Amino acid sequence: METIKLTIDNRPVEVPVGTTVYKAAKTLGIDIPVLCYMDLHDLGIENKPAGCRICIVEIEGRRNLAPSCSTACANGMVVKTHTTRVINARRTVMELILSDHPKDCLTCPKSGRCELQDMAVKLGIRNIPGQEYAEMSTYKKDFSPSIIRDVDKCIMCRRCETMCNDFQTVGALSAVNRGFMSVVAPAFEQDLEKSPCTYCGQCVAVCPTGALTEVDHTPKVIRALADPTKTVIVQTAPAVRAALGEEFGLEPGTSVTGKMVAALRQLGFDYIFDTDFAADLTIMEEGTELLTRLGKHLSGDKSVKLPILTSCCPGWVGFFEHNYSDMLDVPSTAKSPQQMFGAIAKTYFAEKMGKKREELVVVSVMPCLAKKFECQRDEFKVDGNPDVDYSISTRELAHLIKEFNVRFNELPDEDFDRPLGESTGASIIFGATGGVIEAATRTAYELHTGKKLERLDFTELRGMEGIRSATIDFNGLPINIGIAHGLGNARKLLDEVRLGKTNYHAIEIMACPGGCIGGGGQPLHHGDTSILKARTKAIYAEDTGKTIRKSHENPYIIKLYEEFLGKPMSEKAHHLLHTHYFDKSKKDIFI
Amino acid sequence: MSHIKVELKKEQVAKLKEICKSFNNEAGELINVLHKSQETFGYLPAEVQEIIAKELNISVAKVYGVVTFYSFFTMLPKGQHPISICTGTACYVRGAEKVLDEFKRILEVKVGETTPDGKFSLSCLRCVGACGLAPVVSVGEKIYGRVSPDGVKDILKEYE
Repeated sequence: METIKLTIDNRPVEVPVGTTVYKAAKTLGIDIPVLCYMDLHDLGIENKPAGCRICIVEIEGRRNLAPSCSTACANGMVVKTHTTRVINARRTVMELILSDHPKDCLTCPKSGRCELQDMAVKLGIRNIPGQEYAEMSTYKKDFSPSIIRDVDKCIMCRRCETMCNDFQTVGALSAVNRGFMSVVAPAFEQDLEKSPCTYCGQCVAVCPTGALTEVDHTPKVIRALADPTKTVIVQTAPAVRAALGEEFGLEPGTSVTGKMVAALRQLGFDYIFDTDFAADLTIMEEGTELLTRLGKHLSGDKSVKLPILTSCCPGWVGFFEHNYSDMLDVPSTAKSPQQMFGAIAKTYFAEKMGKKREELVVVSVMPCLAKKFECQRDEFKVDGNPDVDYSISTRELAHLIKEFNVRFNELPDEDFDRPLGESTGASIIFGATGGVIEAATRTAYELHTGKKLERLDFTELRGMEGIRSATIDFNGLPINIGIAHGLGNARKLLDEVRLGKTNYHAIEIMACPGGCIGGGGQPLHHGDTSILKARTKAIYAEDTGKTIRKSHENPYIIKLYEEFLGKPMSEKAHHLLHTHYFDKSKKDIFI
Repeated sequence: MSHIKVELKKEQVAKLKEICKSFNNEAGELINVLHKSQETFGYLPAEVQEIIAKELNISVAKVYGVVTFYSFFTMLPKGQHPISICTGTACYVRGAEKVLDEFKRILEVKVGETTPDGKFSLSCLRCVGACGLAPVVSVGEKIYGRVSPDGVKDILKEYE
């Protein structure tokens, strides 16, 4: 490999050709401050518009200061990262950025986790010269069901645009207008709700400021908890337990299932249940649907479409409703675990408790922002009463726990309540890319072949690669499986399916990088993908630690079918656990 | 921005597709496609941008981003008599802004807008090369020199 030798802050360094000054400095342990720059290396995403100019450095022999994030190293280069000239210029750049930034840090939802705030602290900004004459841009706030856009706080780093366009290929956001008026907005500056946005929340996950934040449902949850006429039930998604600890200073990858349950009990929820239970239920329905479709397909029924696509991810559902409306009959009709849980809680469990559905409040804790939109969809309501009342993110739960004065790290481990809190290892891995299809494979294999699986770990289905495929031997019948995470990867895979170029039987798709563990509602990873890997590891470790690791062996699932649903895909199951999709491709974006 | 709903005729859609095709439907040709489309339609309403986005396989947001970035592109139809006020240095120091204000006051429109009856549209431009006549105003093809705020209503009268 060809290398380049240079000096940074009087220290020699040798780096491969093409390395930027910023990265070369990093190898020396020199952290040049960056604001707009973002490197999601394992996902192949790098955002370096060199727009903010915070990362400027002095290079000997050059007249101007250079942005280190986008300046390539050259042989013999002499770089200085903290000369008086650099420090003064960097401070001026920051003051200019702040001159048009609202000063409501105290009440900003991003306060304490804001990269702009951190940078102001780091650079020791104490006043903003000329502030009294500065004009402030004012732009209307945009409230969607999941995401709030407050673009007065936008610093035009363009990270959200990179995620929305390059990684997710959703194309909801773009920089519009110019100069003082420029912001990132949907086409024709319409609200997000009228754009092709899927609410995946990846824009929120990377936004350095309070310009993009989630809709906060915690006040509604607090009110419900205080209402003596309501029985408040909580369900927690698999990926939450693998990341919640980070909000309390624990190492990424620390599983906090037991502490989370204990905390939820202290918050005053009446029943602490698990979305994992509903994930097992999803496998029963989706797995049966796969086997039914497969059976018909193999017997030559041309009306049956394969591959079957998973439908647990609401970001993904929104994406295919907007972009693949010609293929609405391809995804599984199974509802997502969140919605299956709500439907069962407000029927089966309500009956058991002798309560009316209106007396129950179902709260979900999700690593996801699209879940907020999903639970508000009309088809998931009965006479206006939603199956899931409120969906809060992992971050919102952490906030609730802090607000309720709970010392999280010292909590003892506690167990979920029965019956909707019992789950298997198969359901836990829903939280990582490839997990749903692995869980489905475990069940479908045994149901199809009638044989016991010798090996439960389908490592060929795991990993961080964007698109993966594997063939699983179903006792002589080869089943071709495809996996994609990130909507851009999903698009690539789906385009091939649309053209009939593939021979997959089943495909799992997750909208977010790494699956739900990298969801838009998770603790902010600030571009550090090693955190995503640690969370994935925690998920698979929980699976291995479970005695029951196959969904169809969950005793409470068996009981649910015996007592209530009959069998998978029964009429009752169809009514409660399956859904249909809408063509949103022609959605009118004009007022 | 405009929310006036525009129904594009079949021929217009076909024409747009033809323009895109003449640039091989390449995303990198967006600016050229927009130029040609504005030349054909006079302006770039949302519906036109949507078709272009679809043909070039890029997001509508991206197309709108480019349209709003370059002041040459407009989403509003030009009036029957497009008025341009030169705000170049020479015209500016000789009072172009006061002339502009008078146009805005009488027509009740902002720069870049068109009167509701479609008669006049107002825009600014930089230097028409007639600095000796500053401040300069053009209405359609006709040039007016040494315009004072008092003279604005007389100019408009000519087009009643």
